[in-house]
Amino acid sequence: MVSFFQNLVNALQWGSFYALIALGYSMVYGILMLFNFAHGDIFMVGAYIGFFVATGLLALTVSGSIALPGWLVLLLTIIIAMALNSIVGMLVERIGYRPLRDAPRASAAITGLMIGIILETGNLALLGAQRLSFPPLIATETYNIAGVNVTNKKIMIVGVALFLMLVLHLFITKTKWGMAMRAMAYDFAIIPLMGVPINLIAALTFGLGSALAAAAGILYGVAYPILDPYMGILIGWKAFVAAILGGRGSILGAAFAGFLLGFIEIFTATIFPSTFRDLIAYSIILIILTFRPHGLFGEAYSARLRL
Amino acid sequence: MKKSQLLLLIALMLIATVFISACGASGPKTIKIGINAPLTGDIPKVGEGTKYAAEMWLDDINKDGGLDVGGKKYKVELVIEDNESKADSATKANTKLITQDEVLAIVGPQSSKQAVPAGEVANNYKTPMISPWSTNPNTTLNRPWVFRAAFLDPFQGVVDAKFISDEFGFTKAAVLYDVASDYPKGLAEVFKKSWEDLHGAGSVVAFESFTTKDTDFSAQLTKIINSGAEVLFVPQYYNEVALIVQQAHELGWKGPIIGSDSWGSAETVKLCGSDCYGSFFSTHYAAAGATGATKEFIDRYNAKYGYVPDDVAALTWDSLNLLKQAIQDCGKITGDIAKDRQCVRDALANIKNFPGITGNMTFDDQGDPTKCAVIVKISDKGEFEFYKQACP
Repeated sequence: MVSFFQNLVNALQWGSFYALIALGYSMVYGILMLFNFAHGDIFMVGAYIGFFVATGLLALTVSGSIALPGWLVLLLTIIIAMALNSIVGMLVERIGYRPLRDAPRASAAITGLMIGIILETGNLALLGAQRLSFPPLIATETYNIAGVNVTNKKIMIVGVALFLMLVLHLFITKTKWGMAMRAMAYDFAIIPLMGVPINLIAALTFGLGSALAAAAGILYGVAYPILDPYMGILIGWKAFVAAILGGRGSILGAAFAGFLLGFIEIFTATIFPSTFRDLIAYSIILIILTFRPHGLFGEAYSARLRL
Repeated sequence: MKKSQLLLLIALMLIATVFISACGASGPKTIKIGINAPLTGDIPKVGEGTKYAAEMWLDDINKDGGLDVGGKKYKVELVIEDNESKADSATKANTKLITQDEVLAIVGPQSSKQAVPAGEVANNYKTPMISPWSTNPNTTLNRPWVFRAAFLDPFQGVVDAKFISDEFGFTKAAVLYDVASDYPKGLAEVFKKSWEDLHGAGSVVAFESFTTKDTDFSAQLTKIINSGAEVLFVPQYYNEVALIVQQAHELGWKGPIIGSDSWGSAETVKLCGSDCYGSFFSTHYAAAGATGATKEFIDRYNAKYGYVPDDVAALTWDSLNLLKQAIQDCGKITGDIAKDRQCVRDALANIKNFPGITGNMTFDDQGDPTKCAVIVKISDKGEFEFYKQACP
């Protein structure tokens, strides 16, 4: 029983990353009907931006220009990196996707793959193949609650992830911009006639998704402090699976499926030999999709942003 | 009319090219040696160590005015190819080195993941190859043209199991390894077998795995901690070591963590930090406490590149010197590449008690050296310290 709760905690942390990244896939699909395959690499860029912001802030702290405690550095890092990475996301949209908006879907899909490769190899060319070690901003504290080991990092990661999802939810349901996004997801053709600036909204969608990816990247750096240019590929693909599993274009579905994927992975590794983890985990997902081909929260023949 | 003239011209040029190149081959002035190293990819630090050691070795040769073979000086040229730490790129690099660059012999690739498939290529093309760092038996198995400077996985697994039993008196061990990579998989299996030979069946209480690129090991580690294991054996590369050790401690692991020679990179402590202090691993050489030629190499390398060389650099150095010895034992370079390669291979196989900086080496009939292993402790300052010597 203790190990069940321990794994529950493990799965919550692991699922947070999938959920945050999957949201980016899902929002873009909901509004523009395309899968942004570069999203995993945008997550990687976010982690690297976070690394440089954090290192810079730490250097300032050490030199005595400013005196900041570690948690504040982390908070600032998350905010600054989210802002910077949203610019990266908007640039990707402007350069890679907007010129192809009326092109066949396959062209847009391979654009994403190419941008992904450009980001990976660009990083490799700029920074070299050496791994970067994400600076430990907060000291790890381990709490033992009835035999379950929980660290302050785990609590922070899950907390920040849930908080950001809540903020996104409020933004989409309560603000005018959110209303414009929902409108655009509802009908792409009519909405410009109503005076909604679709280019701006498309850029905003990419910006929001990338900001979430940056937050995921930094949290990832806190939990798994080794950054490399290819870190976004596998987690990006798996988060994409979560987005599909949640139901294409469904925000709630993506968040839920992200956590679900984390649970399935962790618990298959617990129950079965860990060698077969992904084999069994993704077979389960295949079975779920066989019975619910539009995902858990998806509807047939519709790509509306459902909230 | 015009077309046939053109064809004739091309044919003449081709014949001329063949004739010229045939003439040029009669007296070669350079010896080409290929280096197949992971300059980019998963373990770039390994590639860097390889390159630096090779360049230092070449500097020495150039200082003497070339390599002296049978009283004649030859210029030595290194052809360095990047294998991106991928198996397919390593075989491509080997094929290019052998067929296109026509190197006399190859040093590399380093990790077994690349050395096993690349060794196949070298053996098929009958080109001598020395893998400095690979410890998987399959690299040299039934391949008369492939040698290595490191000891074998089985030997390390046996030594580690013995060391843990003698040092701590434990009877229950856990293993966490990458099932998709040749090196950790081979080592984990040999460790399991020798541990169970010592303590009976079922004494490896958790035998958990993951696949390359995984970063979250919480499920496996939770299983390991609940299994009641006293020691954790992690035969992984430095990037995974840091993640595994940190996560193990966060999940409440208290026992010692033991690794293999893949830990022996300068990056391990840099990435892992204080979590790795107090851990042990088996390896080929330890920089701290080195004497004689080993110390001289370490000091020179440190002065030139600004950090203490890891085992990859030391083994690459030994491999190149083994090759140098073999070429010199050959007595002469004929210029017929197939003949020269055959001669170098035979000379390598006959080397006895070669004084390497990682220990004295003699090749057995599989091309594997007989030599001792070192147990290294990561000190409380994060330095690699010689702890014990373990011989087969």
